[in-house]
Amino acid sequence: MLSEMFYKLWDNGLIQLGIWETIYMTLISSAIAYVIGLPLGVILNVTDDGGIHPVKWLNRILGFIVNFFRSIPFIILMVAMLPVARLIVGTALGNKAVIVMLIIAAAPYVGRMVESSLKEVDAGVIEAAQSMGSNNFQIVFKVLLPEAKPSLITGAVISMVTILSYSAMAATIGGTGLGQIAIIYGHQRSNDDITWICVLLMVVIVQVIQEVGTRIAHKTDKRIRL
Amino acid sequence: MIELKHLSKTYRTQEKEIVALEDINLTINDGEIFGIIGLSGAGKSTLVRCINLLEEPTDGQVIIDGKSVTELSRKELLKLRQSIGMIFQGFNLLAQRSVLNNVCYPLEIAGVGRKEAKARAMELLHMVGLADRANSYPSQLSGGQKQRVAIARALATSPKYLLCDEATSALDPNTTRSILELLREINNSLGVTIVVITHEMKVIDQICDRVAVIDHSRIAEEGKVSEVFTNPRSQIARDLIIPRERTVLDTTGGRRLRLTFEGDYSNAPVISEMVLECQAPVNILFADTKEFEGVIHGQMIIELPKDQHQADKIIVWLRNSQVKWREED
Repeated sequence: MLSEMFYKLWDNGLIQLGIWETIYMTLISSAIAYVIGLPLGVILNVTDDGGIHPVKWLNRILGFIVNFFRSIPFIILMVAMLPVARLIVGTALGNKAVIVMLIIAAAPYVGRMVESSLKEVDAGVIEAAQSMGSNNFQIVFKVLLPEAKPSLITGAVISMVTILSYSAMAATIGGTGLGQIAIIYGHQRSNDDITWICVLLMVVIVQVIQEVGTRIAHKTDKRIRL
Repeated sequence: MIELKHLSKTYRTQEKEIVALEDINLTINDGEIFGIIGLSGAGKSTLVRCINLLEEPTDGQVIIDGKSVTELSRKELLKLRQSIGMIFQGFNLLAQRSVLNNVCYPLEIAGVGRKEAKARAMELLHMVGLADRANSYPSQLSGGQKQRVAIARALATSPKYLLCDEATSALDPNTTRSILELLREINNSLGVTIVVITHEMKVIDQICDRVAVIDHSRIAEEGKVSEVFTNPRSQIARDLIIPRERTVLDTTGGRRLRLTFEGDYSNAPVISEMVLECQAPVNILFADTKEFEGVIHGQMIIELPKDQHQADKIIVWLRNSQVKWREED
């Protein structure tokens, strides 16, 4: 029923490797995107007009940079940023370069996600914290981030799914993973079954991320434990 | 002692200036419960926020224990805020922290050790009657319980002052009463000076010693609660004691008089005597008695008959009596 090509790939462990590469590229890129995006989101929220420390010019500049990167389609961004990848990881080809691209694309996205999660924190609670003599640093770490935690986790799930879907375009610059297998072995060699199997595997990975993330968010949220 | 001197606050938007407070002068003495009453938008919430500088006044001075707050450095201001507790209409508890950890929050900010903070928080939860809910989360509590936790939290650092911004406005009448009783107790036992912001006269009569009535960004009048209640000098104070719409609702168009009774008078059957002697009917539109410092005070609004002769007879009778009265417009 399945094509010869599929068995060949499976026996050589290429499909299994593809699954692993997709997962690890997604995880590493997400992690580093959050290392950049989380502080970025905090700064965007804090320096906003209604934030706890408004700095108009900084907010404007960061907002512009974020919007700039977010308006470039990933596939274009990937080829446009090749020199940057070469600068950072020494190569413009392969998974290392793909991870750099994913981070460049995802960090601004994560920044906006974090910003909007923090915006949901009740202004009254922030005011109460201020009335107790909290400094801004304490408000960020003891009020904003902990109060927004469930929303931040939900946002992280959405970001990871987006990063995973971006990673499928890795083949364009010589990256690997399920996306590459689907295009090279499935589409270009007309093995529809391989394409569909890759699709199916990606759907399963997304479902797992979504399910686990939703459960963690729900479990940590103290507002719905009646 | 909290002194406000020539305090003004103006909000500037791009199109216009909005005056929230204008030349406010108030002194709040140590150990008293001071009420600030006004209608929505009168500026009372802005006023209370100027005390701990959550709102920066545009002009004037806030002096707490002799120190001008507006001249403090950021660090000194944060330190000062730890000695001024505040509670809010919306409770403003941290939803992701347990009741115990909510009360611990200001202690963490003040740099108190974890163990000591926990012990202090438990002590306060005992005081507000919620020790058994220490491990619950705010979402599991009723409104009244949430406000009790907020009170415990506000008192954690043993502040000298407690600011209450419409603290009972989201609560039902019974819960309001019990929260006000708790505040009274705190004032008595801990000597905390309390500033109460409200739009409800009943909150003022239940716990306040003195009151300032604020209207259109200014202080309309100020004094002991019993004085303001029995002899309101401003229209806004009269309106707050007896809401306007209630007197208008029942009227048939006759002249309306406001009678105030004090002490012994409030027990005498004044209206019956008046009606019997004048042989003229009156319509009672509103009546209320309250007790301040053991003395009963009454307020009544009556409507005179439309017949000019009968109305005059009543006025003459009242002039000769000891009843305090004035005509309402």
